[in-house]
Amino acid sequence: MKFLLLSIFLLLGAPAFAAEDVYQFENDEQRDRFSELTYELRCPKCQNQNIADSNAPIAEDLRKEVSRLIKEGQDNETVVQFMVDRYGEFVLYEPRFNVKTFIIWLVPAILIFIGLIVILSVSRSRKQAHETKELNSQESERLALLLVNSNDEVGDK
Amino acid sequence: MKKVMKRLVMFTPLFIFVVLGMFLFWGLNNDPTKLPSALLGKPMPKFELATLLNSDELKAEKDLVGNVSLLNVWATWCISCRVEHPYLMDIAKEGVHIFGVNYKDQRKEAVDWLGEFGNPYVFSLYDENGRLGLDLGVYGAPETYILDGQGVIQYKHVGVIDQRVWLEVLKPIVDQLKQQPVLAQGN
Repeated sequence: MKFLLLSIFLLLGAPAFAAEDVYQFENDEQRDRFSELTYELRCPKCQNQNIADSNAPIAEDLRKEVSRLIKEGQDNETVVQFMVDRYGEFVLYEPRFNVKTFIIWLVPAILIFIGLIVILSVSRSRKQAHETKELNSQESERLALLLVNSNDEVGDK
Repeated sequence: MKKVMKRLVMFTPLFIFVVLGMFLFWGLNNDPTKLPSALLGKPMPKFELATLLNSDELKAEKDLVGNVSLLNVWATWCISCRVEHPYLMDIAKEGVHIFGVNYKDQRKEAVDWLGEFGNPYVFSLYDENGRLGLDLGVYGAPETYILDGQGVIQYKHVGVIDQRVWLEVLKPIVDQLKQQPVLAQGN
């Protein structure tokens, strides 16, 4: 169990340290921001990797830029905007909420809403099916008759 | 009314399938490796770089202004650039203005390449460390930008320019941009 936990934690930690050792920073705060930013920014060439993970030359250039901007004292937003200005919003792993992207942000909420409606309507129709209806006088007479008849048949045999 | 509703509910899976199918079909014809440029409609980023052939000759963004032109990002390490090169020679002979950006390359190798295969460029900027490439949002060579007469980026093509790309995609845009200043003067 300990071994399992240890290996899980090691796996969780690995990507964050992927590209860090190459760059020297003045303090831990800068280093943390560097790994955070390179983890969030997507490599334009190798599209399913972030720039921390990729060893494509373009990812290396972008890492260099991120470290340069951090050392210049730029805040995270400025660094991200710098990349977006050049490579477009594609580089953001977490897209911003705007006219182009509103649908991907809203779809989960809409789907949950539809799901709730479906669940409610299904459970309501089930409830209706289970409700016992009162028999009117004609029906109860017929039922009694049927019961008597079936008893007779059983008695005959 | 209730019956109609039930019918409609019955058809929801079909409806969902059709919508999903449309999305997937659209995805089939959509190349995710081609990213739209973030610089469309923006002027060329500022730069000051020497030309490839003369390290003392500095050029800046204002030197690209004046003509509707192509800005072609190339390098000797880029195999597709070699494929594209003869076609660039052809359209340069037709009078198309092509500026080059020699991207993260060795000067000597690049000069040799132009000597061997010909030089279609008005001049090539020598972007040794890829600084201009980064400001342009270059993520792989070859890439080609269309600049209008004011030096504003109007289009970006990622990948090789061949006859089909030139005639069907780039040339119509170039021709249209060439019309614009005339129209503006007419007004």
